[in-house]
Amino acid sequence: MARLVVMGGGVSGHTAATFAKDWLGDEHEVVVVTPNSQWNWIPSNIWVGVGQMTKEEVVFPLAPVYEKAGIDFRQAKAVSIHPNGGEKSDKEYITIEYTGQGKEGQTEEITYDYLINATGPKLNFGATPGLDEGHTVSVCTADHAVHANLELKKVFEKAKTEKQKILVGTGHGMCTCQGAAFEYIFNIEHEANKAGVRDNLEIKWISNESFLGDFGIGGLHMKRGGYAASSRLFAESLYSERGIPWIIGAHVSKVEAGKAHYELLDGSTGEEEFDFAMLIPPFAGVGLKAYDKDGSDITDTIFAPNGFMKVDAKYDAGAYENWKASDWPRTYQNPTYSNMFACGIAFAPPHLISKPMSSVNGTPINPTPPRTGMPSGIIGKNVAHSVCDLIKKGPDAHLHEASMAEMGAACVASAGKGLTDGTAAALTVYPVVPDFEKYPGLGRDLDYTFGEIGLAGHWIKHILHHLFIYKAKLKPGWTLIPE
Amino acid sequence: MQRIEETVKPYDQNFTTMVPTGFVKFMRTCLIWQFLRFIAINIKMIIVVRKSHG
Repeated sequence: MARLVVMGGGVSGHTAATFAKDWLGDEHEVVVVTPNSQWNWIPSNIWVGVGQMTKEEVVFPLAPVYEKAGIDFRQAKAVSIHPNGGEKSDKEYITIEYTGQGKEGQTEEITYDYLINATGPKLNFGATPGLDEGHTVSVCTADHAVHANLELKKVFEKAKTEKQKILVGTGHGMCTCQGAAFEYIFNIEHEANKAGVRDNLEIKWISNESFLGDFGIGGLHMKRGGYAASSRLFAESLYSERGIPWIIGAHVSKVEAGKAHYELLDGSTGEEEFDFAMLIPPFAGVGLKAYDKDGSDITDTIFAPNGFMKVDAKYDAGAYENWKASDWPRTYQNPTYSNMFACGIAFAPPHLISKPMSSVNGTPINPTPPRTGMPSGIIGKNVAHSVCDLIKKGPDAHLHEASMAEMGAACVASAGKGLTDGTAAALTVYPVVPDFEKYPGLGRDLDYTFGEIGLAGHWIKHILHHLFIYKAKLKPGWTLIPE
Repeated sequence: MQRIEETVKPYDQNFTTMVPTGFVKFMRTCLIWQFLRFIAINIKMIIVVRKSHG
């Protein structure tokens, strides 16, 4: 009997663990270690953040689902990896610290034959002075979104009688997840109209993107009116239509009560006052450590400096001019320890997807690569497939591949909730990482990259909400629903 | 419905962007048209999803 340990129960980890258990059956063990007792459909946090959904609608308890599936669930955070074993044994193990199940604070060692790191990110609020001091809100977790809605409602109430200013965007020059902020600002604008307070609200966007519509993937092009049009045109159009001015190429350097300080790509600095601000924090690895058999620290061997796990990517491509689509990982296997994989946000990308930028002062100001959503699920499933084949067929089994430079992604960005008056930007991009060798100029296949704004997109977003929660609960036919 | 003249200010930040006309905005929430787009977008997305699952 082999034991697969999955660290993390988010989109990627949950997908990997549930498929692995389904394929392995009772002959082998699957253990999930995750500090959260509940699974969260993160894309719908946006609607919690504007009061259009409750927290209960976007989460469900993991324990009953894992019990039904036969997965050993440990509500704990992974602390360290010992890929060569320890003093007592050569057997690989991880150490965990419980956060629930009545064992809070207790530590334990769990041995493994195969390890999947799907820990997701640490929300690194501390990277920006003041961002972690409660002056701003976030929608990154369901609880954060609940809090954001409470604060937003206070501002809406004040806006009935006086002018209020709302600032939404990224809270650092190296943020990713611009899409979440994009959705939030347009949902706020939509709700402000419904509440009749839009005229008293100044809503402003601030982002580290070098152009609107970059989204951390260098933007995209779509066929429109006989042209290959940049996502910049569509993004600027939407911001203009909704009366939302923007600040781009901005590194938020400090946050105070009611004020955000920022530096722009041209080196100039400025400050923006606000009554309510939702600024996405930068992501970092969760801080897992790795130790050799003798206790020496080998974290640098397994993890990149940003805390994400090294996989089969080309990390030494160097300057931007050398970057290729083929630099991106295919199997997500750790190059040092072949029984370790990373998926979702937990793997270290080889380089940015957007063109690297920095201010004239040398401050990096560019979106970091997103690894969320559909790619995260697909990668998790492929990694699970590889591990299952290694267990069943032996160490020479062919590893499954899922390069972000060869896969597309479907994305639906809400611009306001409502069965008849809602809108969303429904788009696909193929491939996610542009391949300028295969698709010279634009980097992507124009036949499979498209986008449009409308009510249809909102319907799709709403259906996806129910579909993916259904799938994550492992209801009948769940394996038939694609990632 | 908000008019373009109320949205764009001369030589302001949004002066050089595309701004949707009233017809375009109407079509974005026109139930019949959006139902057709719903079918079309789903087909397009399914094709991309199938291509991405190797």
